[in-house]
Amino acid sequence: MIEPVKEFHHALKIREDVCIGCTHCMKVCPTEAIRIKNGKAVLSNNRCVDCGECFRACPVLAIIIEQDDFDKIFSYPIRVALVPSVFIGQFPKTISTEQIYSELMGLGFTHIYEIEHSVDILADQINPYMDDHDDSKPVISSFCPAIVRLIQVKFPALVENILLLKAPLDIAAIYNKKKFSDLGYKEDEIGLFYITPCAAKIAAIKSPVGDEKSDVTGVINMNTLYNKVYSGIKQNDKETCPVPTRKFLSPQNILWTLTRGESENAKGRSIAVDGIHNVIEFLDKLENEDLPHFDFLEMRACDESCAGGVLISGNRFLTVRRLHLRAEAAARKIIRGIEPEEDILTEKSFLLANIRVAKVKPRSIVKLDDDMLEAMKKMKKVHELLRHLPLVDCGTCGSPKCASLAEDVVQGNANIAQCIFVQKLLEKRKIFTKEESHQVLENIWGKEKFENKWNVELDF
Amino acid sequence: MHFQYSIEGGDFSRAGNASSQLKKLLKQLNVDSQLIKRIVVALYEGEVNIVAHAHRGTIDVDIEPDKVFIRLSDEGPGIPDIKQAMKEGYSTASQKVREMGFGAGMGLPNMLKNADKLNIESEPGKGTIVELTTLLR
Ligand SMILES: Nc1ncnc2c1ncn2[C@@H]1O[C@H](COP(=O)(O)OP(=O)(O)O)[C@@H](O)[C@H]1O
Ligand code: SF4
Ligand SMILES: [Mg+2]
Repeated sequence: MIEPVKEFHHALKIREDVCIGCTHCMKVCPTEAIRIKNGKAVLSNNRCVDCGECFRACPVLAIIIEQDDFDKIFSYPIRVALVPSVFIGQFPKTISTEQIYSELMGLGFTHIYEIEHSVDILADQINPYMDDHDDSKPVISSFCPAIVRLIQVKFPALVENILLLKAPLDIAAIYNKKKFSDLGYKEDEIGLFYITPCAAKIAAIKSPVGDEKSDVTGVINMNTLYNKVYSGIKQNDKETCPVPTRKFLSPQNILWTLTRGESENAKGRSIAVDGIHNVIEFLDKLENEDLPHFDFLEMRACDESCAGGVLISGNRFLTVRRLHLRAEAAARKIIRGIEPEEDILTEKSFLLANIRVAKVKPRSIVKLDDDMLEAMKKMKKVHELLRHLPLVDCGTCGSPKCASLAEDVVQGNANIAQCIFVQKLLEKRKIFTKEESHQVLENIWGKEKFENKWNVELDF
Repeated sequence: MHFQYSIEGGDFSRAGNASSQLKKLLKQLNVDSQLIKRIVVALYEGEVNIVAHAHRGTIDVDIEPDKVFIRLSDEGPGIPDIKQAMKEGYSTASQKVREMGFGAGMGLPNMLKNADKLNIESEPGKGTIVELTTLLR
């Protein structure tokens, strides 16, 4: 099961010119994907799962989430905004959906499609899928791409449990593509733009785990669009354009991207876990079989799921509340006999024929070597090194923990003398000169951090 | 490679620590995930038995290229009738322990199922030694 070496697309990028090498990101990364080199944070492509924890932690906004240029939408006669319900949920009550839709159209979209309509295709498929996969219980949702990648790298034995059905976004994209090509548009005339709440979804679009290619044409970060729409409404300077009315979504669909949105639909025993560190703790227990039996696990990287996405501008709890209010209103409508508008059901058989995704492959970052004998040798060295390290996890070596430095050394990616405690020891034994120690630190932290900023002679 | 863990009787909140640690090591060694699962499940049951039935214990793990050998030795009441203890569903666990979700009497049978070799020696009133061997094919 050796994976071919392949670069993974990440939407998260560190701007070297802005990064101050403060280690905040390195300390919060759940997969230990960040090191400090030459005073800057450096991201490891194979370890990163695009959860965005580093983006939240960065105090100087040096971490950015790459998106497509907004004007790219104008290369397509058909310009569909694929909008998740959390986008609208962020706006305060004083702003109406009509105003939001009007702004989106004013910005240049020709159509607006709320992604959660596609839940009507997906939801009914999950329970039969679970019946067919009794041997890989609990089935783990594939909704959150950060979780899928987390399982690939950190819990490779659990890839078998991942639900191999497309996420609502992909189903919505296929549907829209089909709809417009049936109307006679060519593929290169249909622009499907996803308004993303997170980096993980971008990464999943640019390099899908199971599928070869996504049908989404481009991505626009939700915070960018939120600002455009919000300031548009405030300035109120655009001509009002004809606004499509928002189609009626069922309560289940409205709540799908929130915590328990999926697990409530699953029959049998199910549970929902949100927050990537909570997910890691839970999966660890799952691997040890230290949990009661579950049929379905909903796992989301963000606290409060997509309402807490890294590109969400509004407060996550307020967003959740608004969506719940919307769902309650929808439920009342249904009681009064009004049916949700699900045009997508006309394409049900076509969409079901395309709903499967290919198997997800493990790509462990945990193993020290493919070959067990080699791995044993390396493990011995790691443990030997750890005996000489202070176990204070200070990060001064440029690795998040003493244990990660030890591993980096054994893998040939670092030097044990990067540890400041080791340096002191080497100096004391006259193996290292003060200048040599200084050089090592400068390599990690860059020259700047050692400049005399007081402009006076320091003598302490 | 040799690793050692110590276990306190009655400390249910930490039962599973040794299995978690060993799992991490075996993952680093790129041991087949199905084998890891078998080893970890068997060790977990042994850990819980020390916590539930004995006073304290030590777990010794030897990892070799072709096998993983685990020895759980405890100071405790011992097992007077091992054959009986091996029966599915047999348990002397107290009501309190059962309420915590332990004591279904499936621990020893589960260990037998998941290990390639299981050896139990016990001296009533003194303690128990359980040895688990898993071959790494
Ligand atoms: N380490 C031990 N010390 C003393 N008694 C033990 C030990 N391990 C198992 N036993 C005895 O064997 C019985 C069966 O063990 P097991 O199959 O693990 O079931 P359970 O632990 O659920 O009772 C226990 O109830 C207990 O009486
Ligand atoms: S929970 Fe939602 S917003 Fe957060 S990473 Fe997962 S898919 Fe993206
Ligand atoms: Mg037991």
